[in-house]
Amino acid sequence: MSALDHNATQDPELHSHGDTFGHASFKSYAIGFVASVILTAIPFWLVMTGALSPGATALAIIVSAIAQIVVHTICFLHVNTQAEGGWTLIAFVFTAVLLLILIVGSLWIMYHLNANMMPGAMPGEMSDTP
Amino acid sequence: MDTTGDSQALAEAEQSVTFHLVGDDHGHGTGTPTILGFWIYLMSDALIFAALFATFGVLSTSYAGGPAPRDIFELPLVALNTGILLVSSITYGLAMLAMERGALRKTQLWLAITAVLGASFVAVEVYEFANLIAEGATPQRSGFLSSFFTLVATHGLHVTLGIIWILVMLVQLSQRGLIVENRRRLLCLSMFWHFLDVIWIGVFSFVYLLGMVR
Repeated sequence: MSALDHNATQDPELHSHGDTFGHASFKSYAIGFVASVILTAIPFWLVMTGALSPGATALAIIVSAIAQIVVHTICFLHVNTQAEGGWTLIAFVFTAVLLLILIVGSLWIMYHLNANMMPGAMPGEMSDTP
Repeated sequence: MDTTGDSQALAEAEQSVTFHLVGDDHGHGTGTPTILGFWIYLMSDALIFAALFATFGVLSTSYAGGPAPRDIFELPLVALNTGILLVSSITYGLAMLAMERGALRKTQLWLAITAVLGASFVAVEVYEFANLIAEGATPQRSGFLSSFFTLVATHGLHVTLGIIWILVMLVQLSQRGLIVENRRRLLCLSMFWHFLDVIWIGVFSFVYLLGMVR
């Protein structure tokens, strides 16, 4: 255990992390599980009962999904500012930005393509197309 | 590794306690690149899914006179699969906690349970796909169905590969125990498994639930 002592004296914080490879703890999994169940139940319940208007339901689904992705990333994937010297967090944020550009950008561009370039191909005017 | 004798393996296992702790500290610095490298792979995998989500988003109303989400999706099945995958994330987490305590049997048990849950998930998905195809909602039917099958099946394929990986790790564990290499592999696999659950959040929210509202 001399190697351990050496490291412990070097950096106590490093050691405290070393005891939990992957920063896992039962508490983080329990919190993540309960939060995920709630954030899953809300959108399913809203869609199955139709309690809110379609627009409000859609908004609730999107907000719940984003919140649950954040919960999973923190509680299950253990992404934080300390893990891997913060590089996993930077990679995650970078990917999130790319994801947003890719998905929102595609939807935006294709919506306008449909709206401006091919009026005959609009969903509502399907019957007009030859 | 294969030529290592039993006595040597035992000695290695005993030593691994020290190695593990040293390796740990490196893992949180810049010493071990594997974890970060695997994370970068997962992020690139996320971009594959981003492309598939974007494709689905663009084509999600292109029914071509075929069935709409409301006509074909069965939410109870989706809720069941969501529950299965979430519970499997927790059982994998319990396997990781057992691994950290050095409890080999518990680790194997939780991993086996995770694999069974993963297999149930794939089974339900295959059942759902079979029903859709029997109803005539095949991938060829419309742009919506093409992109739906591509996205959801790509996720299902990932889960299938994850199950195979778990089975490989069960073999590795039974042969070599919780050596430092196996701990590292299990950590990568845990990231892979939790990542698939994250992707599934996107699938059930944006494909199934939003599809039902549309």
